[in-house]
Amino acid sequence: MQTRLSLLLGSLSAALVAFALTSPRVVAADKVDPVADAKAFRNYFFQKFPDVKHEDFVNGPYSMNADMKRQWQEKEEFPPYEFALDAGKEMFATPFKNGKTYADCFPNGGIGVRQNYPYFDEKEGKVVTLELALNRCREANGEQPYSYVKDEMASLTAYMAFTSRGKPMDVRIPDDPRALAAFENGKRYFYTRRGQLNFSCASCHVQSPGERIRAEILAPALGILNAMPIYRSEWSGMGTISRRFVTCNSQTRAVPLEPQSDEYRDVEYFLSYVANGLPISGPGARP
Amino acid sequence: MASSIRVRATSNGDITEVQTLIQHPMDTGLVKNPAGELIPAHYIQQLKFECNGKDVFVADWGTAVSKDPYVKFSFKGAKKGDELKISWTDNKGASDTTTAKIA
Repeated sequence: MQTRLSLLLGSLSAALVAFALTSPRVVAADKVDPVADAKAFRNYFFQKFPDVKHEDFVNGPYSMNADMKRQWQEKEEFPPYEFALDAGKEMFATPFKNGKTYADCFPNGGIGVRQNYPYFDEKEGKVVTLELALNRCREANGEQPYSYVKDEMASLTAYMAFTSRGKPMDVRIPDDPRALAAFENGKRYFYTRRGQLNFSCASCHVQSPGERIRAEILAPALGILNAMPIYRSEWSGMGTISRRFVTCNSQTRAVPLEPQSDEYRDVEYFLSYVANGLPISGPGARP
Repeated sequence: MASSIRVRATSNGDITEVQTLIQHPMDTGLVKNPAGELIPAHYIQQLKFECNGKDVFVADWGTAVSKDPYVKFSFKGAKKGDELKISWTDNKGASDTTTAKIA
């Protein structure tokens, strides 16, 4: 136990040094510097995996394991998310009862804009994700909101991601203390240990990408949202970013939050911002 | 509603390689829904590929095949531009059919 603890502490302190993080108790006194954070975050992965092409990180576990990559490339010729993509395309073009469409709610008619989400809404003082924007669009037009986790929401976001494929993630943090606070809050959630297994998001996706967890290969946190939504063979279906966060929490035996709660949106803000410049590759497929 | 069948057939000399993805729940009848009731069995019983009036691949399926089945096989004796007809019928009498040109 003693050695394991010191090992854990050792790797943790290494990670802490790499991220130039300070003890959370003095976070309030720190100056939040997303630019430096993102640079440190990216460099950590680039140095840890010098052989992985930068734009390949968005392919998650497939960037870490040659054999899995081959299987995936074969699968991509006939991707499992095709049904969802087609359904999403159809839904996106179908007008609401009042005659308006999703295109009316989004800049550029919703085509090729996925890389700008989540964004910080200065009026509201909160982070707005693509999923939230889609449901707000539905409600503004007198429709019932969709579940944030799968089915219709996954199909819609799959289509929107598909129209943005290859575009570099471009999430902005305006010069607003609330935006900086949201980024910092997301970062804190990402690095905080929780649940019965005492894991943080970073325990797997920063410390151990490429390692096996049972039969799975862990994905690197860098660019992990660029491939969303994903068809997971494990789910035998599609899932959104919300679904990924909820299952991550429950797999580490923590209590998941409500989809689209403030913390989740802030985590999405943090993870998307540090992946700026990496291409959108959604919708993706994962084992 | 788009077809439940996706096909890609590519000719490579004398051999045609066919890949198919079918959207189907393939319920076994042994699984319960969240309310605790059994989801009735609902599965594809026959999947058939025809080319130039001949059956080239016929599968008689039961409940052991997973949801959204993916089938890949090759056959000889067709050329580029020939038409492939794919159809399935399930235990509830539903069916779907589609055609694809061999590329």
